[in-house]
Amino acid sequence: MKKEGKRMVWPAYQKNIADDHYYYSRSCIRQNFYPGTEHTFLRILGQLNKDICDDPRHTTCTGIGYHTDVVPFETAMTVIARHFALMTGLGYENMITSCITSFGLYSEVLETWKEFPESEEKTREYLRKATGREFNIPKDLSHASDIIYKFRKEISALGTHRLTDIHTGRKLRAVEHIGCHYSKMFPSRGVGGAEFPCVLSGLIEEFGGEVVDYPERRLCCGFGFRQYFIKANRGFSVACSKKKFESMAPYEPELILTNCPGCFYFLDRWQYVISEMEGVLYGMRNQGIPVLTYEELAGLVLGYDPWDMGMQMHQIPVEPLLDKMGISYDPEAKYKGLKGLDLGVPLQPRQLAI
Amino acid sequence: MGALYDLLQEDYRFREGMKACINCGTCTAICPAASFYNYEPRSIMACVQQRDDKCIAELLRGEEIWYCAECMSCKTRCPRGNAPGLVITALRSLSQRTGMFTCSEKGRQQLAIKRMIGETILSHGYCVYAEHVDTVKFPEQGPVWDWIRAHLPEVMERLGANFQKEGAGNLRKIDDNTLKELSAIFKTTGALDLFDTIEKASAEKAKEMGVEFTGHGTTDGYFTKVFTENNQTHTRE
Ligand code: SF4
Ligand code: SF4
Repeated sequence: MKKEGKRMVWPAYQKNIADDHYYYSRSCIRQNFYPGTEHTFLRILGQLNKDICDDPRHTTCTGIGYHTDVVPFETAMTVIARHFALMTGLGYENMITSCITSFGLYSEVLETWKEFPESEEKTREYLRKATGREFNIPKDLSHASDIIYKFRKEISALGTHRLTDIHTGRKLRAVEHIGCHYSKMFPSRGVGGAEFPCVLSGLIEEFGGEVVDYPERRLCCGFGFRQYFIKANRGFSVACSKKKFESMAPYEPELILTNCPGCFYFLDRWQYVISEMEGVLYGMRNQGIPVLTYEELAGLVLGYDPWDMGMQMHQIPVEPLLDKMGISYDPEAKYKGLKGLDLGVPLQPRQLAI
Repeated sequence: MGALYDLLQEDYRFREGMKACINCGTCTAICPAASFYNYEPRSIMACVQQRDDKCIAELLRGEEIWYCAECMSCKTRCPRGNAPGLVITALRSLSQRTGMFTCSEKGRQQLAIKRMIGETILSHGYCVYAEHVDTVKFPEQGPVWDWIRAHLPEVMERLGANFQKEGAGNLRKIDDNTLKELSAIFKTTGALDLFDTIEKASAEKAKEMGVEFTGHGTTDGYFTKVFTENNQTHTRE
């Protein structure tokens, strides 16, 4: 396609992202397994002088229950309608979800209401009956990474670090994993759609890194909901992630950037499992390929302390990346509590050097 | 048109996901589950499209519908705008409503999911809860998780969480009124009925199999069986 043609087509792949006044819907996985990432997101929005409402009354969207099939669709629609009601009551119109599963489910609910208006009416009835609440449909639905993407230039301008090797100036090689439910279901709701999703690659490029393409780039991480939660099914989950690692390994990525809290967890933990089961380690120095969330990457660019962001909760150590980016950190402080409280250290895995 | 097909038609997801399948196999080609399990979304679509209740009942009783990862990669690629992954969600709901899920090893796992995830939503307001996750059930969490769990309040405090406290923030205690509203929604929309159906059908199956069934928790014989058992017939060679 000629350049002019591309320029004409590209606007069709963009989505509207509100520029201020957000209502934040948190992620169960992030809150439980790496809470520092949500803390970091709010800190970044604070630094950008944005208004974001962190309402204690919102709950799980039920997404994991819905996709493990124990929560009926009507229930999920009504729980999400309750979140809209809370948002409406506080005068907000722009919903941000911190989780791709939530983002996919909120999108599915909104699209279902459009396609089958009677389902919206029924949901309103259910919500009224169960809670007495009423709601408006949000003007804007974004995933938290959309917001970081929208303000990537501002973050870059405020930044103290780049995604480059501080010793050589070389761009660091990064692979990205968008997460299936970001735009495979409803392409128009993701930046770049299903064909050219750039919510993460746009960050990597803006922060100075090089996006590395690889054959299994769009393959699912293998979460599969029931395929992970049930111990007997986990072979599927680890096999999918392994297929991705094998496919990306020849390109020697120095970082895996993730969009979805689940994908982050699997791409981090399955590297550890494969090292224990098969003695195979991806990445350099027997330390695996560091896996980051978009909040963590933006936080590093902004000069935040990695341990303040909770990067000690990763199983794959992030130090190889920090060293290349020239980020100073205190190794002694990694596993300390507040005010230097001694909490001991995790056991050393058999293969992985942490 | 059969009674089971009519029930599927009541599900919005079925109506959205099943338009007209031309049996091209694109969904199978893109499907991560099809490259691992004895599974083909194309053949599921072909069966359902025939509107043949016998064929649908076989699906509801069988293993296949439980192999899907609900990744929805098939939705993006189907040249006819179908979504086999959505059809699967409708089939799974129907398999549970009719109790047929207990006929398959993979279907029986729904009891463990109901107790681990369904009940956690109602008791805590989260789908999962750190205190319930140990490295016996979830060994892939690794040694870092053993360390985190051993110092959960301190690690959460270090990372700015509001762990088990009132007010906003990470892993806060969800207030009682909110939990009441959540329960009321689950009751009104039929989720509690579904939970009951899963327990009752599982209890019957446990009796038939002669396996201990206490009706609650994550340690009885039936829970352990469905959580860990794999007869090794599910995957491709
Ligand atoms: S891709 Fe669509 S049309 Fe082709 S077999 Fe699958 S569901 Fe049918
Ligand atoms: S949703 Fe299910 S059927 Fe569709 S591609 Fe994913 S695993 Fe395969």
